[in-house]
Amino acid sequence: MEEKLERKATRRRRTPAEFIMENLFLLCALASIAAVAVITVYLFVSGTPAIFKIGAKEFLLGTVWKPTEGQFGILPMIICSVVSTVLAVGAGGVIGVMTAVFMAELAPPWLTRLLRPCVRLLAGIPSVVYGYFGLTLIVPLIAKLSGFAGNSLLAVIVLLAMMILPTIISISEDALRAVPRAYKEGSLALGASHSQTIFKVLLPAARSGILSALVLGVGRAIGETMAVILVAGNTPQIPTSLFDSVRTLTINIAFEMSYAEGLHREALFATGVVLFLFIMALNILLNVLTRRREKKNA
Amino acid sequence: METILSAEKLNLYYSDNHALKDITLPVPKGQVTALIGPSGCGKSTFLKTLNRMNDLVDGVRVAGLVTLDGEDIYAPDYDVVGLRKRVGMVFQKPNPFPMSIFDNVAYGPRIHGQRDKKALREIVESSLKGAALWDEVKDRLNKSALSLSGGQQQRLCIARVLAVGPEVLLMDEPTSALDPISTQRIEDLIEELKGRYTIVIVTHNMQQAGRISDRTAFFYRGDLIEWGETDTLFQTPADKRTEDYITGRFG
Repeated sequence: MEEKLERKATRRRRTPAEFIMENLFLLCALASIAAVAVITVYLFVSGTPAIFKIGAKEFLLGTVWKPTEGQFGILPMIICSVVSTVLAVGAGGVIGVMTAVFMAELAPPWLTRLLRPCVRLLAGIPSVVYGYFGLTLIVPLIAKLSGFAGNSLLAVIVLLAMMILPTIISISEDALRAVPRAYKEGSLALGASHSQTIFKVLLPAARSGILSALVLGVGRAIGETMAVILVAGNTPQIPTSLFDSVRTLTINIAFEMSYAEGLHREALFATGVVLFLFIMALNILLNVLTRRREKKNA
Repeated sequence: METILSAEKLNLYYSDNHALKDITLPVPKGQVTALIGPSGCGKSTFLKTLNRMNDLVDGVRVAGLVTLDGEDIYAPDYDVVGLRKRVGMVFQKPNPFPMSIFDNVAYGPRIHGQRDKKALREIVESSLKGAALWDEVKDRLNKSALSLSGGQQQRLCIARVLAVGPEVLLMDEPTSALDPISTQRIEDLIEELKGRYTIVIVTHNMQQAGRISDRTAFFYRGDLIEWGETDTLFQTPADKRTEDYITGRFG
């Protein structure tokens, strides 16, 4: 208690310039919190009434989305978002982690120096450019190889897998480089080969960092809109094959928001609420993972 | 005296730095050989040439001969994995893997193809007993190795090496990161292991070299100044520099 009082006393002795600067910093910090709060409140206020009007079960588990006929089932979109994200992170995760292993362990330094800016550039490409690339290259290629129309779940997965690569590569590479060199030496000194050391010691030791990379990849994939809208085909149906035309939660909002009115518009906000909950769950998961890693390092 | 490991006219360069100069040193089988000398004298570098851990360092060049049972371990077709199975290494800082005590000891046998669970359990038990750690950890083999004390971790690392079934143990200042009691336990352990294993140990601590080794080699600025029976070297050093170092005039 006494200590607290003392600290208060010293704080009052600040100069006016200090006082102004400190509060300026505080204000800036509050701005970002305010932005999150406003978005959250706005989204829930505009979105949740629709869920009750439509009925939570009809909304979340309904399989038909026909706003003109008053049918607002978003299950096809949920399934499509989840399936495309899981498969994209599966494919992109394997390729990304292997690339990270190559960069951290195998590549000569000059090649790593070349690869790293490439990866960073890949992260900086606007998503609409990815979409354009998908539309003009991936979609026709799939159409040619499969015989179906190329706008499909598969196109979405391929595109998303490419888009999450930079995130997964750079975070996994950092995680691998953070593994103490002593682990590697200890393993090699026991007669393990380099690849045994990578798979049995280095990757397990970097596990939590790699998991964080995958979770961030999931976040990016599930929220991606502009790129997938160009290649998905946008039909709100539950996909039965990789070549079906599909619609994700994000597409549903972006596609119809410009003309929707009334309950239709509210239902789109409600779609946003569902998406928001997904992202929030991912963030919590990420926090848990990071905290666990910090605890382990402490 | 049978020689198991031997260096002949060994030279090592880190890029332009001539780190080891014409080292010729036979390592007698079943004995403890201590390598002493001031920091940067090349003793750790020499130790790492014996299981080719220097291969990991960029720009290292080795000339001369190192033989294990008469075979040149730097021959182009020499099996480095097999070498490191026969010549195990314990590092300065204990470096258990971030996994359970059991998995640490079983790591070596597993990568060398041992899948049988019963056999693995037996190897783990005998290795931990060999490293005088069994009684302290037998009830918590599934706990993380990182939960052990520093001294226990170092004995775990010794157990991990024993599990591979080596003939030679290289120890790079294995007690420099440990407290006096843990150091004592490691020294007792070295006493127990000698005879069954050939041990080469780098140490900064001359009392330690005197206590535990049969032979001592004194390195200075990349040269091997002299080597011989530990008692002889400490009581009647042939070279002035050796005398100055062991009497503490520099170091």
